[in-house]
Amino acid sequence: MNNIVAIFKKQIKDTLKNKTIFIQFIMFPMLTLIMCNTVKINEMPRNFFINLFATMYIGMAPLTSMAAIISEEKEKNTLRVLMMSNVKPYEYLLGIGSYTWFACMAGAAIICIPAQYSARERLLFMAIMAVGILVSLLIGAALGTFSKTQMMATSVTIPVMMAFSFLPMMSLFNDTIAKIAKVTYTEQISQMLNHISSLQPGFDTILIMAANILLFAAMFTAAYRKCGLE
Amino acid sequence: MNYALLAENIFHSFARNQVLDKVTLHVESGEIFGLLGPSGAGKTTLIKILTGQLAQNSGYAELLGTDTRKLSVLEHRQIGTMMDNLGLYERLSVRNNLSFYADIYHVSHSEIPEILKNIGLYEARNTAVCKLSKGMKNRLSLARALMNNASILFLDEPTAGLDPVTTKEIHHMLLEQKKKGCTIFLTTHNMSEAQSLCDHVALLDKGSIIDGGIPTDICQKYNHLNRLEITLKDGKKIVLDNGSAAALPIKEYLEQDMVSSIHSTEPTLETVFIELTGKGLNQHE
Repeated sequence: MNNIVAIFKKQIKDTLKNKTIFIQFIMFPMLTLIMCNTVKINEMPRNFFINLFATMYIGMAPLTSMAAIISEEKEKNTLRVLMMSNVKPYEYLLGIGSYTWFACMAGAAIICIPAQYSARERLLFMAIMAVGILVSLLIGAALGTFSKTQMMATSVTIPVMMAFSFLPMMSLFNDTIAKIAKVTYTEQISQMLNHISSLQPGFDTILIMAANILLFAAMFTAAYRKCGLE
Repeated sequence: MNYALLAENIFHSFARNQVLDKVTLHVESGEIFGLLGPSGAGKTTLIKILTGQLAQNSGYAELLGTDTRKLSVLEHRQIGTMMDNLGLYERLSVRNNLSFYADIYHVSHSEIPEILKNIGLYEARNTAVCKLSKGMKNRLSLARALMNNASILFLDEPTAGLDPVTTKEIHHMLLEQKKKGCTIFLTTHNMSEAQSLCDHVALLDKGSIIDGGIPTDICQKYNHLNRLEITLKDGKKIVLDNGSAAALPIKEYLEQDMVSSIHSTEPTLETVFIELTGKGLNQHE
């Protein structure tokens, strides 16, 4: 536990000086605040910007941050020194994973500020975000573990991030894309956020979310077995 | 014999690439042991096996009396490592780098100012590591390796690329640690470093130990020519076979007060390595 806390604290200090990661955490929360306070269209669906940016936030921030942090530590050999200092791989992953999760949850809380939600809806929003961020962390961890350098991580992460972030929005305009998007966790998150006032997750939703979690956990396990953390 | 570290017939390969083959070495407690070899010889893989980061395919390795495949947290806390790539957090300050490892090693943060003073980085404590010179980074990395009062240090190329002054400072720090009873296992390309610092060395090439022992003994062993070099006061150098026949001319030079210096001409570790492998230590595999 001591090592996990130490890594968590180190990551806070590092993020404050790492603009690339820091921007990932604050970009969509800031964009949500700005858009909600400046754009007012009469026929716009309730909480349109909240739902749109929250889904994009889930698809981008945790995924890219996690992949970037792990790949940078691999490339610069700080991870190897940590492993040689008797830090266990699970401690490292829990340290940066929990840090990224909390940072993204703080971002989610900011996104939630301008929403027209009841107290129950706010809680549900945070719970949905918590699960979505967790799934993205698994993908980010898999991509970061698989990549030997930051450059490699970026080139692999961007298309994956774009797909998961934009599929829910693109599915609004195309039925074929909507059919494909339905099996992704970001589309399920988007659907849950759109129906948050009367949310009753069906069997399909739970099944798809569980399948996504299992798939990405398996992906991470495979990447870890193949490449390790050094 | 009290060995801090021993390896017996270590064999390791990555897929079809054989990295270590029948590596055997013994490191006594409190000594400085140098592992010499070119890049790609298997030095880092051996360090990883000896520190329990990698399990060898076959053979036996022991660190502080424990099988390296079964090292516990207690043994790990007695190990300090300094890798050739340093592994420092470039955006964090000098102090924050040490604070982080103080948490990992369970060292009180109150000790950090003293550690920084000892390595001459106290004034730079709030400077981001990316703004330090290579020598300062090396000293910081060494300080990190020393901060848990390790009883055994693994140093991978501790002075690579450093100027002679910083190299001397690091040598001084290592000798101080030796005086405190710390065992030091270092890898190096630097022959003069090995000869001046190490009690014992092993020469590693293509994953195999090709020779080892006390540096001066190794040089003597390969002193096939066995000659004496006499430098006269006028700068002239005279080379004589080291035997009874040399006594007379040397006596004459001494009587005429012409001698500036007399040296034996045993080879350096570098020339021994070249003789054994046909290539220098700075050449890659």
